[in-house]
Amino acid sequence: MIHRECGVLKTTYEADMALYPLPIARRAVGAVAALFFLVLPFSVHEYYLSIVNLVSIAVVGALGLNILVGYTGQISIGHGAFMSVGAYTAANFATRLHWPFWLSLPLGGLMAALVGAVVGIPSLRIKGLYLAIATLAGQLIIEWTINHVTWISGGVQASIEVPRPRLGGFEIASQREMYFFLLIFVVVAITGTLNLVRSRVGRAFVAIRDHDIAAELTGINIFRYKLTAFAISSFYAGITGVLYTYYLGIANYEQFQIVTSIDYLAMIIIGGLGSVLGSIFGAIFVTLLPILIRYAMEAFGGLVLSPQAVLNTIPNLRLILFGALIVFFLVVEPEGLNRLWRNIRNYFRLWPFAY
Amino acid sequence: MVDWQFFALLLSNGVLIGLMYSLIALGFVLVYKATDAINFAQGEFVMIAGFLVAVALGAYGAPLWLAVALALAVMIAFGFGLERVMLRPLIGRPIVAVIMATIGLAAILRGFGPLMWGAETKPLPLPIPDEPIVWGPFFIPPIQLLGAGVSLLFLAIFGWFFLRSRQGIAMRAVADSQQVAMAMGVNVERYFALAWAMTGIVSALGGLIWGNLLGVDVHLALVGFKVFPVVILGGLDSIPGAIIGGLIVGIVENVAAGYIDPWVGGGTKDFAPYVLMILALMIRPYGIFGKQIIERV
Repeated sequence: MIHRECGVLKTTYEADMALYPLPIARRAVGAVAALFFLVLPFSVHEYYLSIVNLVSIAVVGALGLNILVGYTGQISIGHGAFMSVGAYTAANFATRLHWPFWLSLPLGGLMAALVGAVVGIPSLRIKGLYLAIATLAGQLIIEWTINHVTWISGGVQASIEVPRPRLGGFEIASQREMYFFLLIFVVVAITGTLNLVRSRVGRAFVAIRDHDIAAELTGINIFRYKLTAFAISSFYAGITGVLYTYYLGIANYEQFQIVTSIDYLAMIIIGGLGSVLGSIFGAIFVTLLPILIRYAMEAFGGLVLSPQAVLNTIPNLRLILFGALIVFFLVVEPEGLNRLWRNIRNYFRLWPFAY
Repeated sequence: MVDWQFFALLLSNGVLIGLMYSLIALGFVLVYKATDAINFAQGEFVMIAGFLVAVALGAYGAPLWLAVALALAVMIAFGFGLERVMLRPLIGRPIVAVIMATIGLAAILRGFGPLMWGAETKPLPLPIPDEPIVWGPFFIPPIQLLGAGVSLLFLAIFGWFFLRSRQGIAMRAVADSQQVAMAMGVNVERYFALAWAMTGIVSALGGLIWGNLLGVDVHLALVGFKVFPVVILGGLDSIPGAIIGGLIVGIVENVAAGYIDPWVGGGTKDFAPYVLMILALMIRPYGIFGKQIIERV
């Protein structure tokens, strides 16, 4: 395949800085876009589209967390809480002031960014384990606050029903309409992250991750960039929370507990830290895992267990497999699925020759 | 009830519960002190040990001493095995990797316990009376007294171990600098394994006592969340810190729950220690007794 890279001569700075410099890459991206915009939504059943929708939401969140953990090297066990901040902000604006989604959605994101930056303030003084515990505290405190302040959470159940998102006179109701709605956000999130990490800000993030003292010596304002990373990452998380709320039709804190934070951390570790493609792989993998386990157990579990026992084992099996995968990838393949993908690609780049 | 009596009751309760937190925090401190690894699965260790004792007692009708011996043996073996399989390949990797690996381990254990032994809450009966001991204004449940006693005993044993015994001194050397310890002829890997085995012992006892108090099911692992405020307040690598941190957390959460819960409708117990911890992180991140090695960048 290497011959496809031949004859690509860059004569302008714009060509050199293009996101996809190779014609084959541009065509591949075009093909993928066509697949997702034209082929997929009209060829599969609504049920499968609903799974794709869940993956789309997870992709946005995983990209955000990867900016913070993968690119900037700061850890956060509080992303579930940032999502709930976005979700409840948007739900309150949507139900109390009847604002449309295109106002409440960015407001949810901005509020999450604000809260995320506040939780990130300790990152000035502490890092590693201490930061992990501080963000864990942030998660628990935000969860508690939302749960106990009825002004935010709207009553005893701590859940707020939101109306369907409307665009002009058009209401987004079916899974297929929701699919296009979410796909737009996925495309924006991916493009945004790809461009962010090669900008001045993104390179500052990577410098902080690789060596914070060296980064400070080269004139990077560490505090500002760490807070920026927290804010951008939480903004993504907030948007994820709002999207999930609109997808479910209800804002509920149970969807954003510490388990969610760990799910998203697992996504970026399994997918690959510090890589956009890895976040996408991880989001797909972690979202599909419980669904696949359920299918497998329904198909084969009945052979050895009673139907009730099958139902009981599914959540536990999911936890075990999930934890085992995190440990496996950390110990054996720290760069995640993205690395496996790169290995495959590099093999075929020179195929059929060995070198 | 008179005001000061209420306060005294909350205080005594807090002291006893706090000492029981110290026992679990001790498991965390032991590992951190010797290997610089962070164990986010401490609560799950306690849960697994609780399951072992409860199932041996309930389903197999084993005598108590046998059940406890079994739990101790399994937890020690588990500690050794874990160090070998999971922690050793992670030596020298970024701290985030170790944190995430133990979070993954926590997920495995939380799925494994109910899968093996059933999700329902199991009792863990101990041959001690249920009626609280009434002494002046204090009502003291015997299990809390036992827990606090065991906790103090083990804190003393491990304190002695680190200060006086040959192995303890070697372990401190390993914690200080692995390379220098190795050059002085200390078998670093063996001490890493030993530290994890010691955490296994402490977790087994924690499981016994907390399992009796709360009953054994998945929620027993939530006790692990209290470890972080305790160790941050006391200092991550300090055994006296585990006692002091445990006492502070126990007292603060009980007093806060007693006075604030009626207004907000519960949950202060899970909330107050973390607020305290955030304050501690901002003012004195290395804790009351911890080593002052926080870098500022």
